[in-house]
Amino acid sequence: MLGYTAPLTVEEAVRILAGAPGVAKILSGGTDLLVQLRSGRSKPDLIVDIKKIPGISGIRERDGAFVIGAATPGAVIGECEALQRAWPGMVEAVNLIGSTQVQGRASLAGNLCNASPAADSVPALIAARATCVVAGTTGQREVPVESIATGPGRTSLRAGEFIVEFHLPKRPPRSGDAYLRFIPRTEMDIAVVGAGVSITLDTGGVCTDARVALGAVAPTAILVPEAAAALIGRTLDETALAALDQAARRACKPIDDKRGTIEFRTKVAGVMARRAAVIAYERAGERQ
Amino acid sequence: MSKHHVSTTINGEPTEFLCEPQLTLLDVLRDELHLTGSKEGCSSGDCGACSVIVDGRLVCSCLMLAVEVEGHAIETIEGLAQGHDLHPLQRKFLEHAALQCGFCTPGLLMATKALLDRNPNPTETETRYWLAGNLCRCTGYDKVIRAVLDAAAELRGE
Repeated sequence: MLGYTAPLTVEEAVRILAGAPGVAKILSGGTDLLVQLRSGRSKPDLIVDIKKIPGISGIRERDGAFVIGAATPGAVIGECEALQRAWPGMVEAVNLIGSTQVQGRASLAGNLCNASPAADSVPALIAARATCVVAGTTGQREVPVESIATGPGRTSLRAGEFIVEFHLPKRPPRSGDAYLRFIPRTEMDIAVVGAGVSITLDTGGVCTDARVALGAVAPTAILVPEAAAALIGRTLDETALAALDQAARRACKPIDDKRGTIEFRTKVAGVMARRAAVIAYERAGERQ
Repeated sequence: MSKHHVSTTINGEPTEFLCEPQLTLLDVLRDELHLTGSKEGCSSGDCGACSVIVDGRLVCSCLMLAVEVEGHAIETIEGLAQGHDLHPLQRKFLEHAALQCGFCTPGLLMATKALLDRNPNPTETETRYWLAGNLCRCTGYDKVIRAVLDAAAELRGE
């Protein structure tokens, strides 16, 4: 028999999750969970709706850094102009998830914790050096986004733990980010390959910091430090882009499926990383 | 099985119901409240036939639990016409023959209402992307888009 509860504080939610007999599932947007309930893939004993916890949904700016509540839906993220200005790549990635209807519900933490290797927001969050605050019985810990997913549908969250919020750091001047995905249509599809790139430049247009992350080419979204290293210390000349392309391809460990072969995904990962880097570079250059 | 008591507002009317936690908003709208305008197409959030507006946001009612609407305001297709007067969107869908079997129409109308509430003057491209989550398997989309843009113009007083 399925139970439902909507705790009013993080502490209460942790207590319920840790003490629940059987399987407890967190509900925020529900756009993945309800499909899994319907198909029988997920058979929880208890649903813990976190949306009544104050602050769990919404965006707060603190000295140029952003705090995004775990249950914040994509539409709210897309409508936040300050976030859009600071992290346009992260916002465009989130807004690629699903339809208008799904955007009205689907949460940032849900996209991460559903742990699809193709989740669009995740490479962009990783490239942005985003962290998440995880609440549990021993208190709260802040961990990088890339440490959450451990494989398709699996996370490193321990029993009783859930994500409370995301932190996006303050942007240095001349910084930009971008996310691109390849799909064979223009909307309503799952990434065959996704690439998130974040770049910071010096006044001469030389890249001083970079992060590159890829989606849908490994069991989880991956950070690719070798691809970032190809950009750091250089302008975005053809040599740097070719090295980025190579490094991105080498990091791929994709599967063959109906959406793309190993060979295709690997090649496209290089192309997407390259194109995203060019957009991030242009955006960084516009922020003197 | 323990039932939850839910208080909500549907099309402006305060409404209460009892429901089991696994029931979706769509289940309750159709089977408990007999508001059968919202349709069940895919039950996975892909087709948009069950689209309703909750607190001003377009959602798939198949992807919300009914217990989640406690304290929230819901708009369904049943609230679109005012008595016998069709909403301009409904009239334009008829004028442009933007439906055949009609199964997707309530969802398309609610999705379009949510669009025009937010953006009274959408471009064709904006309209097509906004409606990408509403599938129609008979008419196709061109007539729908023409109806929406024409209705938007009328609502703007043009």
